[in-house]
Amino acid sequence: MSSAPPDLSELYQQVILDHNRNPRNFKRVESANRKAEGNNPLCGDRIQLYVQLDGDTISDVGFQMPQGSGCAISKASASLMTEAVKGKRMGDAEAMFEAFRTMLAGGANAPGKLAAFSGVRAFPSRIKCANLAWHALHAALEGSAEPVTTESAKDF
Amino acid sequence: MLDTARIRPDFPILGRQENGQRLVYLDNAATSQKPRKVIDAIVHYYTFHNANVHRGAYALAVEATDAYEAARTAVARFVNAWAREGVVFTRGTTESINLVAASWGRTNVGRGDTVVVTAMDHHSNIVPWQILCQEKGATLRMVEITADGRIDLADFGRALEAKPKLVAFPCVSNSLGTVNPAAQLIKLARAAGAVTVVDGAQSSPHLRVDVQVLDCDFYALSGHKMLAPMGSGALIAKPALLEAMPPYHGGGEMIERVWDDRSSWNKIPHKFEGGTPNVEAAVGLGAAIAYLEQLGMERVAAHEQELARIAVDRLSQIEGVTVYGPPDHRAGVVPFTYGDIHPHDLATILDKDGVCIRAGHHCTQPLMRRLGVAATARASFYIYNDLDDIDALVTAVRKAGELFGVPA
Repeated sequence: MSSAPPDLSELYQQVILDHNRNPRNFKRVESANRKAEGNNPLCGDRIQLYVQLDGDTISDVGFQMPQGSGCAISKASASLMTEAVKGKRMGDAEAMFEAFRTMLAGGANAPGKLAAFSGVRAFPSRIKCANLAWHALHAALEGSAEPVTTESAKDF
Repeated sequence: MLDTARIRPDFPILGRQENGQRLVYLDNAATSQKPRKVIDAIVHYYTFHNANVHRGAYALAVEATDAYEAARTAVARFVNAWAREGVVFTRGTTESINLVAASWGRTNVGRGDTVVVTAMDHHSNIVPWQILCQEKGATLRMVEITADGRIDLADFGRALEAKPKLVAFPCVSNSLGTVNPAAQLIKLARAAGAVTVVDGAQSSPHLRVDVQVLDCDFYALSGHKMLAPMGSGALIAKPALLEAMPPYHGGGEMIERVWDDRSSWNKIPHKFEGGTPNVEAAVGLGAAIAYLEQLGMERVAAHEQELARIAVDRLSQIEGVTVYGPPDHRAGVVPFTYGDIHPHDLATILDKDGVCIRAGHHCTQPLMRRLGVAATARASFYIYNDLDDIDALVTAVRKAGELFGVPA
């Protein structure tokens, strides 16, 4: 159906495999004053995100995934996201999310290491995995108490 | 084993190339592919016989009704139903079970009563009973499974001590492939005074089923898992039970007479078939049954069990692979995990080689919790699968291990 078949090495880039194996900020943040849970009911991905906001600066962020409940894409995405937004202002983090979504929707690459997820574009069934952590971050920053699910988000 | 070289050309979709390779379709527990005869039956119906059924006083409508009712006869014969009138067409197993829960359940289950399901049930045989029990203030009792993936008969016995009104279980587990001792479970449940509901979604496509030998009260099946169109399915029930039950959907067709403030009901099974039915689906189901009967269900079952046995054997040889489900009494369903590779990633990697498997919770979240996994990968076989498909599966799984560097 598609023209050139997408290559697996574009999806599972080394940086993604590395962050899957050794996720950064893979911790509960005890001092967190914002929390959010994200669910991808299709495949069972689940993330618990912890954010410590000082003013409008994300001074600490961490995430946990119950054993076995994160695929490589969702776990690496969460890991790289926490690296990208730590120390940033809320508005900048939201702008990154926008850039990330734009990239996955077929637009320009997101800045920095986030561009590693450009390969997800060719795997539509995995876009929700990549976006899951970002939806959780968005919910945490909004102070939403309800768990977010990828089904309530417009990723397509 | 079946002569797959003769069967495969009957399935047009298997001629499709996936990333330049042959399509290796191993998600048959989710849905089956359709043979040309089923596709042709649908086209033929719309080309020559389409009209609304049970109404028109013209030849075309009679032909459509005959086609629809012939499919009912085929379903009745296929599972050895108690009577043609005991075959209600539905959209599939989910609707069949919801029908029983809403009609029989609302009438017969009350506060303090117990309904029994098992931990290996599909959500479609759990959630309708949860809704019923919550509405009625009844208790839903979930029977545990054993470590090797069977219904725990000791716990089943304990559950029956509560004298449940209804016992529901899957004939074959969609997640584990376990072929349950259905006749034995039904006998025990019946002795405890329960009405029995058998989820036949995974047994009807793969095994010889005789509901009179099983002696259940309700048996639900989905057409789309047995070569027929999506939206085809049936509830097979003892006619006396259906006679006593209130309707499910109100509307046309299901009534006898309608007054301003009340109505009387049509005879069974029409009492449960309100609205214009999916005639195309029924016709396709009839054609699918004819195809399966020609192969013979014993041979279908033997073919799949042999494929599953070989697949379990070969996957188990890969260091780091865990196969779930019982060592014997297994239908053509092989659930597995591989090291710490998430099944979702496995499915993506296998897809690259044209191998379609399912990854996730398989609509059995209570079971997944008991297995201690969030998800599994699942290969499931059908009549057109062959040893080449298993080769492709095993090769692709090994590739995934290399890509992710699974520690040996």
